[in-house]
Amino acid sequence: MAVPNGASRRAFLMGSVFALPVAAIGMRFLGAAEAARLAAPAIESYQPVFFANDEWRFILAACDRLIPADDVGPGALEANVPVFIDQELNGSYGKADNWYMQGPFDPNAPALMGYQLPYTPQELYRRGIRAVDAYARQTYQKPFTDLDAKTRDDVLTKLQRNQIDFAAFEEPVLKASAFFGFLLTNTQEGYLSDPMYGGNRGMEAWKMIGFPGARASFLEWIGQHNVKYPLGPVSVLGERA
Amino acid sequence: MTIVNDAVDAVIVGLGWTGSIMSIELAKAGLKVRALESGPERTNAEHVYPKPADQLGYSVRQKVFAKASKAALTVRHDRSQTALPTRRWGAFKPGDGVGGAGVHWTAVLIRPTPTDLKLKTFADQAYKPGQLQDDLQIQDFPVSYDELEPHFDFFEKVCGASGATGNLRGQIQPGGDPFEGPRSNPYPMPPLQDTLNTTMFAGVAKKMGYHPFPNPSAAVSGPWTNPYGVQLAPCNYCGFCSDYFCLNYSKASPQTTILDAVKRMPNFSYRTDSHVIRVDLHDDRKTAKGVTYIDDKGQEVFQPANIVILASFQFNNVRLMLQSGIGAPYDPATGEGVVGRNYAFLSNGNATLFFKDKNFNPFVSAGPTGQMINDFSPGTFDAAPFGFIGGAKLHSSQAGGAPIGMSLPAGTPSWGAGWKKGIKDWYGHSMKISITTTCMSYRDNYLDLDPTYKDPYGQPLLRMTFDWKQNELKLQQFLRDKVLAIVKELGPDSYTESFLKPDAHWDTTSYISTHNVGGAVMGDTPKDSAINKYLQSWDVHNVFVPGGNAFPQNFQANPTDMLGALSYYSVKAITEQYIKKPGPLVAA
Ligand SMILES: Cc1cc2nc3c(=O)[nH]c(=O)nc-3n(C[C@H](O)[C@H](O)[C@H](O)COP(=O)(O)OP(=O)(O)OC[C@H]3O[C@@H](n4cnc5c(N)ncnc54)[C@H](O)[C@@H]3O)c2cc1C
Repeated sequence: MAVPNGASRRAFLMGSVFALPVAAIGMRFLGAAEAARLAAPAIESYQPVFFANDEWRFILAACDRLIPADDVGPGALEANVPVFIDQELNGSYGKADNWYMQGPFDPNAPALMGYQLPYTPQELYRRGIRAVDAYARQTYQKPFTDLDAKTRDDVLTKLQRNQIDFAAFEEPVLKASAFFGFLLTNTQEGYLSDPMYGGNRGMEAWKMIGFPGARASFLEWIGQHNVKYPLGPVSVLGERA
Repeated sequence: MTIVNDAVDAVIVGLGWTGSIMSIELAKAGLKVRALESGPERTNAEHVYPKPADQLGYSVRQKVFAKASKAALTVRHDRSQTALPTRRWGAFKPGDGVGGAGVHWTAVLIRPTPTDLKLKTFADQAYKPGQLQDDLQIQDFPVSYDELEPHFDFFEKVCGASGATGNLRGQIQPGGDPFEGPRSNPYPMPPLQDTLNTTMFAGVAKKMGYHPFPNPSAAVSGPWTNPYGVQLAPCNYCGFCSDYFCLNYSKASPQTTILDAVKRMPNFSYRTDSHVIRVDLHDDRKTAKGVTYIDDKGQEVFQPANIVILASFQFNNVRLMLQSGIGAPYDPATGEGVVGRNYAFLSNGNATLFFKDKNFNPFVSAGPTGQMINDFSPGTFDAAPFGFIGGAKLHSSQAGGAPIGMSLPAGTPSWGAGWKKGIKDWYGHSMKISITTTCMSYRDNYLDLDPTYKDPYGQPLLRMTFDWKQNELKLQQFLRDKVLAIVKELGPDSYTESFLKPDAHWDTTSYISTHNVGGAVMGDTPKDSAINKYLQSWDVHNVFVPGGNAFPQNFQANPTDMLGALSYYSVKAITEQYIKKPGPLVAA
């Protein structure tokens, strides 16, 4: 099946992702060669392992605005960032395995006291997506996914500034800005981390900024100051770009 | 039913930097030694090239760090507040597993100055009564620089320390730190090579009359065989150092300098996934009979031992003492008690300078890569007119260049097309000028056991009560001016700054450094210290407590050179005096 490029490709992804036959593939815990082969499935053939269908469409629609495609460099969708987020949420990060999650919780603690919500990232995404969609339906009579780019930007800006009252959408504990913070952080992580985690497809984001990835050996380069490094990136699994 | 192990001469709680030093030196003296490490095994073989070249796994998701789920503390700013758990690591991030924080440290290996170790004496001379805050609780270390010098020297040989000597037996050497204490020997290895930012900083600093020198490094600049016969390979400037397991066998860690040697000794053994929950005391409470731990199967095990070494990191050591009833807990209301007293931390600050036309290649670096000046440490300048005591390392370092969280100029959008353009335009075009400061100890910055929160073993979390005091906030403002003067000389296209505001409270969320100190400090009398100059508990004489807990306040130097020296100083007293005649090594 031919996949269009550019803007129409993104529309295609967001519109038809679930119509396609998919293979349920977990990308972790595979041999290096197999993982390398699977590391960058086209996003349209990717079956989310954590997100439900409408949640997945929400993530695609949000990532598309957090890092839009243009001629500066790849957008979050071209970079498979949603795949990264889905994989992370499905793993130990999503379950907050390494966080201290014993109560009592004080969600009103001052920001300087750090994360004090009773939610794992999995729960936080589920609740955040639901609240934003409820807001979008109330305000625009459509789910977030179906809003045009400009309106999605407005909603994301409001989330970031905490100008959407999640409590009015049955989310009394989670703040809009906290949900936005996770979404943005994870999106940027997926854009800039090693492709073995599912994002940074083709290492295009690293190429754009000039980061050589996992080369990790610069003895012959340390003495050369103020010279642009000439080589492209490599990944942990040995891909080159 | 508690399982009982075969008895040992010495049990070591924690197999990080201090635990590894104590292990090998006690084993060399012929003792039967067993180390109990709470976390997993960590070997070089598991972290071969290129696996650690993975920012998300190692630095962001912290795969070789302690897990907050198991090792959290609670934190608050003052005694009126309810402390809350560090649900994820923020201002500090401890290590666990074999090697402790020594596997993912930055490896800046720098000595405190002679003045740092006698800070109270210095303060009494340099300041008039009433000039400093009256809740200051600073103290001298009960050891002098000269007493420790041979042990700094030895530990630096263990690590293959790479640096420029500044003071060789009293003679000031060009290119080194003229304010350092005299060294009996030059650095074992020459300094690491410079990067663009370090040469720019050093050039301007020199022009301004300062005395720049290369960051002393425990990532070796060339091949090195240490006194234990362990070999380190020349650092290849891979750019994945601080937060990462070294992929090149170049960064000194317990693994690369000590463990391969001690593991070969038949009288040494160690257990991983073995979490010590208390030290068990004899009925007279003057000696310990061993420790109790939870093993990898969740079973309770008693390990009998004649000597107990608590080497579980600063705050874990304090917690184990509190849980075991070793020494009187500190009460900030009355000032009585010593365990938990004088907790101190450190602050940092920086300016980020953006130069469109310069390529800093930040991915080409060792963790310690940098140049620093010591012109603003206690005794090297007059702080009295500014009403504070303290100072900082002022440096331009480039510890790594992995892109998640990169610096961007002011005004860059935090997302969207503008963010993407920002990262494209500015990745690799910035450098930092930073401060790493001293932190004094105060009557109401302290540690105790949390009344509410428990760990997975059912033990109370340690509670940290800490906030910035006017002294440290004045210091920050003073140093900010110094940094901005250097920025001006360097003339970037733009810069951003991050220093503590005069009314700042401690931000527990953003990383500062894992240089936590105090809480079971060393001193001359049991009135104001928990352990003596040999790190021996005043109360339970067969318990020794190496770690940052011993510092009565924090100096500007990174702590680990001092921890190494103190461990060697302590273990010498144990092997030469204590095992022959067990009892207090210093009369109370
Ligand atoms: C990112 C980072 C960068 C750093 N950079 C520098 C630097 O550049 N220069 C410098 O001087 N210092 C640096 N440090 C600090 C340095 O790592 C520590 O000073 C040093 O490792 C402390 O040694 P330690 O033996 O006290 O503790 P650790 O090395 O942390 O070892 C303690 C061990 O005890 C174990 N343990 C804890 N509790 C228990 C228990 N109950 N039972 C059994 N075992 C237990 C832990 O799992 C751990 O393995 C850095 C730290 C970090 C985290």
